[in-house]
Amino acid sequence: MSFIEFRKTLKCFGPLTVLQDVDLSIDQGEVVVLVGPSGSGKSTLLRCINGLETITGGDVIVDGLSVKGGNRQLREIRQEAGMVFQQFNLFPQMTALQNVALGPRKVRGVAKAEALRQAGDMLAKVGLSEKGDHYPSELSGGQQQRVAIARALAVKPKVMLFDEPTSALDPELKQEVLSVMLQLAREGMTMVVVTHEMSFAKQVGTRLIFMEHGKIAVDGDPREVIDNPPNPRMKDFLSHVD
Amino acid sequence: MQVDWSIIPGFIPQLIAGAKVTIYITVLGLIGGIIIGLIAGLMRAYGGKIANAIAFTYIELIRGTPIVVQVMFLYFALPVLADIRIDPMSAAVLAIVVNAGAYIAEIVRGAFLSISKGLTEAGLAIGMPHWKVLLYIVGPLAFRRLIPPLGNQFIVSLKDTSLFIVIGVGELTRTGQEIMAANFRAVEIWTAVAVCYLILTGTMTITLRLIEKRMRIL
Repeated sequence: MSFIEFRKTLKCFGPLTVLQDVDLSIDQGEVVVLVGPSGSGKSTLLRCINGLETITGGDVIVDGLSVKGGNRQLREIRQEAGMVFQQFNLFPQMTALQNVALGPRKVRGVAKAEALRQAGDMLAKVGLSEKGDHYPSELSGGQQQRVAIARALAVKPKVMLFDEPTSALDPELKQEVLSVMLQLAREGMTMVVVTHEMSFAKQVGTRLIFMEHGKIAVDGDPREVIDNPPNPRMKDFLSHVD
Repeated sequence: MQVDWSIIPGFIPQLIAGAKVTIYITVLGLIGGIIIGLIAGLMRAYGGKIANAIAFTYIELIRGTPIVVQVMFLYFALPVLADIRIDPMSAAVLAIVVNAGAYIAEIVRGAFLSISKGLTEAGLAIGMPHWKVLLYIVGPLAFRRLIPPLGNQFIVSLKDTSLFIVIGVGELTRTGQEIMAANFRAVEIWTAVAVCYLILTGTMTITLRLIEKRMRIL
């Protein structure tokens, strides 16, 4: 069985069908890049993996656990699937170190001193060891997003989910976040990334999925499908990004 | 009749005794009101259908009726209805608990719901149960937004205690009335009573300002 499995996954918001019977398998070590026009369901697909969206039908299995298995199982899934948001969502009342240490402390039960020490290591990994005592409001967008990545990594997940991680950033700040993501991918982290950064997809993506109207329209090798889109809608879409 | 301020010092011990009763009712009433308000507010914000309906009914029932009617009900109607007899002081404290609780519930609900949903999602996404997200992330942020409207409610509740004159509780206003009944010094006595209230509400305002100042603005 694959690490992440969508089985005839259906997601509706009221009368609107956002995901239509999606079947998808993702193995460990894959770096899957999700693209598509807005409203195509790519963010929803991502958020169904860790249960931030409750699916309407079908099932999603992560490492053998179903998102429909109740709260306890859902929390286990979330500890295995770290998430990074478009708007960073750092806890504003906590310093960078405290943000990163919260998960290990309250979820993994790590003692405070040890959690803060580990958080320091995580911040060093994303190149922010000097910013540990800064509050989110004192950091740039790119720095905030790197803290957010460290926060997700601190819980020691097996897969990282990125929901348009660079969309809220100025062009010159995008690069520092992308390079952290590149490094993660090269270390073998399983990643599912919603993004418009085609250069990222080409550099480290092992798979590119183009979504349209809640369905997977294209699923292939990024280097092949970006240069030769097999679908006219994808071709049109690609001409509008980058 | 001439205004003679020199009569006031003689009544200060009596006024202080009245003010003490006012403080007693307010403090106990608000402690209870905060507890009830926190529970009812969280039920409104995060409860299921039933919890929500219970809290909603309570809040609307209380906000829709005057506090004088509420305390009269507690003191005069409850003994008839349920054979529960309570003394005026308990009725007064209970009235503030129930009344302030309803308003504080709405303050709590508003403050919690005003915190960005993304922060809750970020907390859930690292695997925290919802109650921990509320306790460690949303709660501390909501608390900061709670203070200004809460201060407002504290002042309103303190002044509401003056209405318990109707069940004969010897608080500050009642004390003023008793002194008045003996010497008819309306200007002097009611001025003194008003100043007493201003000192009490002023102290509350300053305390809340200090708490607000000590916290980081977010």
